[in-house]
Amino acid sequence: MAVCVAVIAKENYPLYIRSVPMENELKFHYMVHTSLDVVDEKVSAMGKALVDQRELYLGLLYPTEDYKVYGYVTNSKVKFVMVVDSSNTALRDNEIRSMFRKLHNSYTDVMCNPFYNPGDRIQSRAFDSMVTSMMIQVC
Amino acid sequence: MADAVLFEFLHTEMVAELWAQDPDPDPGPGGQKMSLSVLEGMGFRVGQAMAERLPRETLAFREELDVLKFLCKDLWVAVFQKQMDSLRTNHQGTYVLQDNSFPLLIRMSSGLQYLEEAPKFLAFTCGILRGALSTLGIKSLVTASVAALPACKFQVVIQRC
Repeated sequence: MAVCVAVIAKENYPLYIRSVPMENELKFHYMVHTSLDVVDEKVSAMGKALVDQRELYLGLLYPTEDYKVYGYVTNSKVKFVMVVDSSNTALRDNEIRSMFRKLHNSYTDVMCNPFYNPGDRIQSRAFDSMVTSMMIQVC
Repeated sequence: MADAVLFEFLHTEMVAELWAQDPDPDPGPGGQKMSLSVLEGMGFRVGQAMAERLPRETLAFREELDVLKFLCKDLWVAVFQKQMDSLRTNHQGTYVLQDNSFPLLIRMSSGLQYLEEAPKFLAFTCGILRGALSTLGIKSLVTASVAALPACKFQVVIQRC
């Protein structure tokens, strides 16, 4: 279960950012912002290394004492960043990958929506509800 | 899988409708250019969405040529059920994509008849190419030319600025 989900555009501004509203969200925004550097590093490192396969899923970007941050980049350089609670029963890699796949599918649907202009903030309710289903349930 | 011919019919109607709407009866270059750019703009948005949806599990492209190859193979197959016939480049940012039997032109004639009408039917496709390239991170200018129906060439010039 994610604690914070963010979609960052190619030009590194947020298209969608949502966190569990329990404590100051600024902290999560800051974590997402710092993780962008790590994403850029991984992407450029992969480009230089003569590796045949380039994955979209970037894996664990960096861990902090409470949280772990995972990243995923699409072919159009849109980045998805997900912050999960470390204390949670360790989520397996597969689960994180499937969450990112669902995010990617929903993002593609948003792109195909004729009322959506690429580059705007995402306001689709369908996307919202998909993200809600992935986030931790806090009453 | 929808029948390919549905898109062809829709496209034909689109072009006919835009041309009929031209309030300026004088078929001068002004009115025509407006409709061509409207068509190209429509194609642009479609291309943006397609480039997001198509390369799903395909891994990230490593260089421009890979992106162009993707356009020639996957995008063309998805839209026209065939691959592009040839791709040439001067390695300095210009690519020429050649299709020897372009599906949107093949129903019209094969030869020189209707040569002046052909550009209208290529504008939307130019837009698709430009939109797809823009989503994949490449700013470009796409133009099309027809020497003899139904073969046509799309010229892609990468804008580096």
